[in-house]
Amino acid sequence: MNPELQIVLIAVVTAVAAALPGTYLVLRRTALVSDAISHAILPGIVVAFFLTHDLNSPLLLVAAAATGVLTVFLIESLLRSRLVPEDASIGLVFPALFSIGVILISRYAGDVHLDTDSVLLGELALAPFDQMVIGGAELGPRALWTMGTILLLNLLLIGLAWKELKLATIDPGLAALLGFSPVAIHYSLMAMVSITAVGAFDAVGSILVVALMIAPPATAYLVVDRFAPMLWVGAAVAATSAILGYALAFALDVSIAGSMAAACGILFTVALLVAPRRGLVAQARRRSSQRLELGVRMLLVHLLHHQETESEAEECQVPSLHRHLRWSEARTRQVVREAEARELVSRAGDLLYATSEGGSLADVAVVGESE
Amino acid sequence: MDLFGDYTLRLVALGSAVLGATSGALGSFAYLRRQSLLGDAVSHAALPGIVLAFMLTGSKAPLVLMLGAGLAGWIGTLAVQVVVRRSRVPYDSALGIVLAVFFGVGLVLLTHIQKLPNAAQAGLESFLFGQAASLLRRDVVTMAVLGAAALVILLLLWKEFKVLSFDPDFAAGLGLPVRRLDGVLTLLLVVAIIIGLQTVGVVLMSAMIVAPGAAARQWSRRLAPMVAMAAAIGIFSGVTGSIFSSYLPRLPTGPTIVLVLSAIFVISLFMAPHRGLLWRSLRFGVLRTAPDLDPVLMHLYALSHQHPDDPEHGHSVAVIRTMSPPEAKVDAALERLADRGLAQRTAVGGWAPTPIGRREAQRILDREAGEGS
Amino acid sequence: MNERQDWALEVEDLTVAYADKPVLWDIDLQVPEGVKMAIIGPNGAGKSTLVKAAMGLVKPVAGEVRIFGRSRERAEGQIAYVPQRATLSWDFPTDVIDVVTMGTYGRVGWFRRCGSAEKEEAMAALEQVGMTDFARRPIAALSGGQQQRVLLARALVQDAPIYILDEPFQGVDAPTERAIIEVLDELADIGKTIIVVHHDLQTITEYFNAVLLLNVRAIDSGLVEEVFTEENLRLTFGGRVGVLAASGAGGL
Repeated sequence: MNPELQIVLIAVVTAVAAALPGTYLVLRRTALVSDAISHAILPGIVVAFFLTHDLNSPLLLVAAAATGVLTVFLIESLLRSRLVPEDASIGLVFPALFSIGVILISRYAGDVHLDTDSVLLGELALAPFDQMVIGGAELGPRALWTMGTILLLNLLLIGLAWKELKLATIDPGLAALLGFSPVAIHYSLMAMVSITAVGAFDAVGSILVVALMIAPPATAYLVVDRFAPMLWVGAAVAATSAILGYALAFALDVSIAGSMAAACGILFTVALLVAPRRGLVAQARRRSSQRLELGVRMLLVHLLHHQETESEAEECQVPSLHRHLRWSEARTRQVVREAEARELVSRAGDLLYATSEGGSLADVAVVGESE
Repeated sequence: MDLFGDYTLRLVALGSAVLGATSGALGSFAYLRRQSLLGDAVSHAALPGIVLAFMLTGSKAPLVLMLGAGLAGWIGTLAVQVVVRRSRVPYDSALGIVLAVFFGVGLVLLTHIQKLPNAAQAGLESFLFGQAASLLRRDVVTMAVLGAAALVILLLLWKEFKVLSFDPDFAAGLGLPVRRLDGVLTLLLVVAIIIGLQTVGVVLMSAMIVAPGAAARQWSRRLAPMVAMAAAIGIFSGVTGSIFSSYLPRLPTGPTIVLVLSAIFVISLFMAPHRGLLWRSLRFGVLRTAPDLDPVLMHLYALSHQHPDDPEHGHSVAVIRTMSPPEAKVDAALERLADRGLAQRTAVGGWAPTPIGRREAQRILDREAGEGS
Repeated sequence: MNERQDWALEVEDLTVAYADKPVLWDIDLQVPEGVKMAIIGPNGAGKSTLVKAAMGLVKPVAGEVRIFGRSRERAEGQIAYVPQRATLSWDFPTDVIDVVTMGTYGRVGWFRRCGSAEKEEAMAALEQVGMTDFARRPIAALSGGQQQRVLLARALVQDAPIYILDEPFQGVDAPTERAIIEVLDELADIGKTIIVVHHDLQTITEYFNAVLLLNVRAIDSGLVEEVFTEENLRLTFGGRVGVLAASGAGGL
């Protein structure tokens, strides 16, 4: 397998592995826990390294998961004290833990390649040089094996606990009522996040983990309506970001992790703009047609309100209409034209009257909205 | 021992003090307005600005880089607002996306210029990770000037910011330009953040913003003491962290400052009067050894259950006296409960538990029943 | 007749929409000086929205609000606003006297501090609502009724000609309710205009002399004895209100 292909594979596997737990985080409105965990697990990794002296030991993964869970536990404890709000709790815990990690490295491991730089940034380009060797045979980059296993683990957990995780995310109250321990679900999700984060460190660094966990699911959130599609679309977007990011990095000769994060941003922005129904473009188009519709109805209600009253002559007069409704003259003309075209109003001299169709539309308009 | 004889230490301590003061003061407002994590997002979003500023001007003057950082951070906050207002993506996800994507773009730019033959771009990375030891005099001067300016604006607009943070609708009713004030306050926060990036780095900046205010909140009941105390805690942590880091080998400055700050926070959490955790358990201890307070509170609580819809419904002292043993000094007990904020006089001369008093009473009940709540 | 009498508050053809869904349709309302007016209607009727439009907090898609004949933008400081209690963060680190003093910020002006004159005014307002003992109490330790009184004192300190209160009696005890009504009566006696979003139909005739019945449309408004009728209540709270069924005549 040539090195480029290896890198792309690792990137794609990492992206999908991250997007899966990320979907739950986005929906539970705890997205920044990913940022917190991916930084806070540093001391756990360091301690495990001190014990094993082996950067590739699986103990590191276990220690990371444990530290991730500890992080969440500390945040929750702060919350329970009722003395600190939720966002502050997150912002207090992870820098402290990260600092402990950095200090441990600096004091006791300064001469070993456990580098804060790579923790934050990762270096995917080096991954092919770190092959998994069993029995003398090169079986592919270790990162691919690690992330592949993690991806499978994530899929396994999601598959086994499908309805529990889904219900706990969408309706935590009901989940608790039905006996699914919200605590167990919460912490197993956090463990998944931690393991994924540490697995991805080596290759992509913690910042990219955050990007991959949040942006692709958020992109999917703009485009689909149901939960299962959000998972798969999120995974697909993540994989696309990985490939797109790598292509960019290759073309521009820049950081792969950074390009992948940027690619996540590009895809998110595209969705933000052109998602059907929810995108900004669709919103703008809907707004302008809705404004016209609303204007027509407002005109009708205003006419019906005032016609056959003393102020009729004053309020229903075409030239002075714009003053009463506080619209520009151009808008007034546009609305009146539309209403006349649809035969909802008719003119008699200078005054405007609602026709019977216009009257029933106005009636429906108000009754419909006031429910 | 001439603590500050060392020139580098003097610089680092001064820079850290400036950082501590501004992030403590402005972070207090972020804390109160539930914008603690905005600081995290802004500090990550600053990276592309720093690199672009260097790319466009070729200068590594701190003011130039900080301006770039500030602009990028500011744009980041605008991006968050757009996403939150115009889509159903929740606020925390928007923060995370801006944080990671902007930072990624910054990485792309950084690795791009690292390929260039010009070696002057080395040292931009100190903005990422915080290398306080690399602080130059001009860095600290820039920090001090920007920080002072930010604090002056904060003082000038103090009451406007206070009412904005507490009740923005009322502020608008008073005629204040709420949107613009909000923008200025956010801008000041951005300034505080970019001042600190060189010293503590991107990851740890979040703690510099949150922790002083969070710690100070435990001790103070009004805004001015809280902000002043937060600034003091920030300064103290900055200076102490710098000293420790200078005298103990291989202790990087940024993390040391953050650990000092975190320790102060934890101490505040436990020790603060009226709120602190130690205080709470001590108070239970005191109550337990003062048998005249606990039961009176419980009587008040029980009586309040008769009127669940009317929590302020008071009961006369006489009623409580009948419920208590004859030697109990009910009046004094009620006064002491009021001092601790557990009981209150009602309008018609009766007594009722306060919301805090009700919570404490429930906690006593839960503990006695043997299960946590 | 084209005379423009200066109503304290005048609303003309006001329509407000959120995301293009109208919550207030073509509202006409004239509020003369010195009345005590209640705004009543079912949930979702747009009562709070009408108040916010009067305050300039939301922008209408049509129509206008005038305060003493002048447009909303140039009517600063004419309205003292008491928002719904639940919308505030009561764990903010501040005490009662501080909150009440906030009402003077508009007068004190930019960049200046509040002095002893402002503190005295705040204490006087606290006295009017019976909360002088609580001046230094942190607001987190207040009960619902006490919170409401503090908000009222904050409005009193503004000494504005118009007072608008949004659900001030929600969740307060009877003595607080009586205390608030006493203050409102005193204010009306000296010519202030009082507008209250109210939820308790039982107390309308006792507390107010004018009422606006609102359900997205202005069903009717005027003197309580003329307009607070069973028919109007049925129209307001009964659900469906057709355009032609509502009389919509405003003014007193």
